[in-house]
Amino acid sequence: MHEMSITESIVEICEENSGGRRVISVTLEVGALSGVVPEAVEFCFDACTRDTLMEGAKLHIERVPAVACCLDCRGRSGVSTFYDSCPACGGYRMELLSGNELRVKELEVE
Amino acid sequence: MCTTCGCGTDDHDHDHHRHDHGDDHHHDHEPGARKITVETDILAKNNRLAAGNRALFGNKGIFALNLVSSPGSGKTTILERTLRELSGDYRCAVVEGDQQTDNDAVRIAATGVPAIQINTGSGCHLDAHMVSHAVEQFELDKLDLLFIENVGNLVCPAAFDLGENHKVVVLSVTEGEDKPLKYPQMFRVADVMLLNKTDLLPYVEFDPEKCKDLARRVSPDIVIFELSGKSGAGMDAWYSWLKERVGKKG
Repeated sequence: MHEMSITESIVEICEENSGGRRVISVTLEVGALSGVVPEAVEFCFDACTRDTLMEGAKLHIERVPAVACCLDCRGRSGVSTFYDSCPACGGYRMELLSGNELRVKELEVE
Repeated sequence: MCTTCGCGTDDHDHDHHRHDHGDDHHHDHEPGARKITVETDILAKNNRLAAGNRALFGNKGIFALNLVSSPGSGKTTILERTLRELSGDYRCAVVEGDQQTDNDAVRIAATGVPAIQINTGSGCHLDAHMVSHAVEQFELDKLDLLFIENVGNLVCPAAFDLGENHKVVVLSVTEGEDKPLKYPQMFRVADVMLLNKTDLLPYVEFDPEKCKDLARRVSPDIVIFELSGKSGAGMDAWYSWLKERVGKKG
């Protein structure tokens, strides 16, 4: 359940960036292979934001699909796991180009 | 009590208690809602602290490994045998991570190697900040090899860099050969896999070749050793790998 400490970090980053203002909404980018379950972050969000500038803020999560580049044939493809093979050549040496994101994108403050 | 590292006090200045403001974001002091672009990695603080640990270990010539696995894979048994074999030639230390008890640190201390226990309480992983405090208790100038035994958990520790040279994932033959596919994130970030408890292979349905194949699907370059921490079989290749990488100091 590392989403709890992930969510605590989100609150800390938001408070550092909010200029002391109450936060109305926060937008996250969460990659499909980031290892973080968006629903679990949503579950932790209320608890972690209580008595902070974030209390009552809306949480928007943008899910980033995973795309990998095959190191053997250089082909690009969408992947859904770390062990998807390259659809072009069948190789497993797939370098992730996106899908690992775990980022606070923007805030909306009062 | 510091809830991030559990180090017992709240009257000292931890990095995570500071709320420094960088210059790279906009502060709005006018009334009315407005957007602030942040674009900050949620793990940035841990990664920064891990980079600090890595630099410290590098400066001191310490080779650091982060041992990860599910509970009961035999990490501590492998460590005990490894330390008995190597601690005569290399100066070793161990950071033990568990939710509760200092049982593992007591086991390690019985080998004569200094060990620090971190109890994470309800926490499911070690982070770089906890490790930075733990290693303050070692004489780092007199260390060659640092083992960090993470909390037994094949999920959460994958996301948290501690500043180690390599993550070493331990998988035992009693667990099922498809663990690399079930917990791919962990096998993806590990550079080494120790396939443990091979002494039990006659008694369990486990195909080591299939397991290794699945691990290499997730992590094509992963280095794999088949061994038994209990019997000692196969440990020599693991010791050789370590010895090739540990810089011995005078």
